[in-house]
Amino acid sequence: MAAAKIRTSGFSRNISTASPSLGPGLKYGPNGTVFLSSGIPDLDKVLGGGFPLGSLVMVMEDAEAPHHVLLLRNFMAQGLVHGQPLLYASPSRDPRGFLGTLPSPAASKDDKSREPDPNQEKGLRIAWQYKKYFGENQLNFDGQRDGKREYSNEFDLRKPLERHLINVHRIDCVSIQDFSDPSIFISVPTVSFFAFLNDGSISCAGRIAIQSFCALQCAYSNMEREMLSFIRSLKSMVQSSNSVAIITFPPSLLSSSLGKRWQHIADTLLSVKAIQDEDKELAQLLTGYQDMVGFLNVHKVSHINAQVPVILEATTFSIKCRRVASPGAVENQVNQPAMPTQNTTEYCLAELAGIVD
Amino acid sequence: MNQRSSNLLDEALGLDQAIEPWPLRGRVVAIEDRVETSGSFVLHHLLKRSLSPNSSNVSVLIAFSQPFSHYDRILRKLGCNLVSQRDNGRFFFFDMLKLQCTVGDEGMTPGGGLIALYGKTHKTISALPEIRRKNVSIIIDDLSLMEVAAKGSSDYVLDFLHYCRTLTSEFNCSLITLNHEDIYSIEDGCTFLLQMEYHTDILIKVEPLATGLAADVHGQLTVSNKGRNKASNFHFKVKENVVECFYPGRNRD
Repeated sequence: MAAAKIRTSGFSRNISTASPSLGPGLKYGPNGTVFLSSGIPDLDKVLGGGFPLGSLVMVMEDAEAPHHVLLLRNFMAQGLVHGQPLLYASPSRDPRGFLGTLPSPAASKDDKSREPDPNQEKGLRIAWQYKKYFGENQLNFDGQRDGKREYSNEFDLRKPLERHLINVHRIDCVSIQDFSDPSIFISVPTVSFFAFLNDGSISCAGRIAIQSFCALQCAYSNMEREMLSFIRSLKSMVQSSNSVAIITFPPSLLSSSLGKRWQHIADTLLSVKAIQDEDKELAQLLTGYQDMVGFLNVHKVSHINAQVPVILEATTFSIKCRRVASPGAVENQVNQPAMPTQNTTEYCLAELAGIVD
Repeated sequence: MNQRSSNLLDEALGLDQAIEPWPLRGRVVAIEDRVETSGSFVLHHLLKRSLSPNSSNVSVLIAFSQPFSHYDRILRKLGCNLVSQRDNGRFFFFDMLKLQCTVGDEGMTPGGGLIALYGKTHKTISALPEIRRKNVSIIIDDLSLMEVAAKGSSDYVLDFLHYCRTLTSEFNCSLITLNHEDIYSIEDGCTFLLQMEYHTDILIKVEPLATGLAADVHGQLTVSNKGRNKASNFHFKVKENVVECFYPGRNRD
């Protein structure tokens, strides 16, 4: 982040120069932070703007459902849409193959088709939450559509990301399965990625996505000290560069004290949970239960450069994949598997809705 | 106004009266927090008190957790300019974000990470002019990350803290540390935490309320002051420019 300027007094003249313009996909947040989008606009709103540069996001997985993959895909796709360099690591033998599953941004809708949506979304959310999501954020949202590239896209989970976005930008993929020690990951692939990022000619932010960090396939999965050391080193590299790292991990594989240490190190801590099928009680309590695919819990929100903790009104959110049909769609299409026809387009978007605890 | 609201915390620490010598002089203060309630605001508060304009205290912040810009912004809102304090020789910032003790190091061999850190601290304090050397605070943020930097060995960290305690007796420094209570499991016997607590004069625990987090009350503070033989417990709410402390159920004014 920006180095402290030399000042002789506590006061600084309020020179009305515009803040330096940011690269694509970045926006200013409070307390001198700069945000980048998580790839899910609803999640950005919940977190107060997005993920701040220099922060470490950790996501606790649920063994019963791969919702963390949804978060990773949207995060990575958002970065590629903005041309942000990406470092992706996973236990799979061919991590590059994962790039083929990244979603493409949903085609931008014109104003007309957008307007019915707030009413439609209002139906999906609990009424008193409406103000929270649309009150002050409505202005920001409108301002974004003025020709400038959007900070945060909605992604169509059915459509793969265009190949040219994958081929043009810098993407490093690493398989972490065979590392006998996570510090090897630090010493070679990560360092070269950060060297690239901190090179003066690059002005955009970087993204690091590490999937299932302590998964059992990894050779180092029982080396607690080394994993902790890796996370700390990664965080310090992220703090001194314009980047955000997201690490997903299965918490059940860690000892409780190690898990707590990781939670303390994380700036933003999320967890995803599967929804049990046919839970009748839950179906009665929650509206729109049938559309929910999982839960997302926000345990901790980053407060870089500030000491005030961020307390959210709601910490449990439902993840829904919303099907959006353009005007003229036939009604019963919604229940069938998507088949692109000439006069309908179906999108599948991830969205969050708050649940009153 | 601001003075009144953090009075409970200052009272519990003995900082409410502006007396010389500084009440924390030569004392070891340990702050223990949890994931739900971060205790760094206590650190910031103590740093601000130590750098108050009425005194000639010097503070050395050994930071494993955040870069200088983070503390600078926060302390500025609390009314303290770290940059000018640093320029005036009242504040020293040791950036330890990248410290890694090399593999195979005994921790205390010459050139080892923590011994070098101790050497640097000792040198910095010894180099201070006589007047300034009377009230030095060494602040460590935080011990769990120092442990990680020392390759997970809590023994090296304890050794380092013992060496720092020699500074408290040699130079009458105060030692203020932040650590996390919930990372030590009962199976391990919590030995590190117990050893730390045994040596501290003032223990400050930052915990959530039994009822969970709330927007109005961020948690509870329990201050055990061995020197004054008293313990206090009260609720707190952290704001940008102050920490409000109040007894449960009382209105804050």
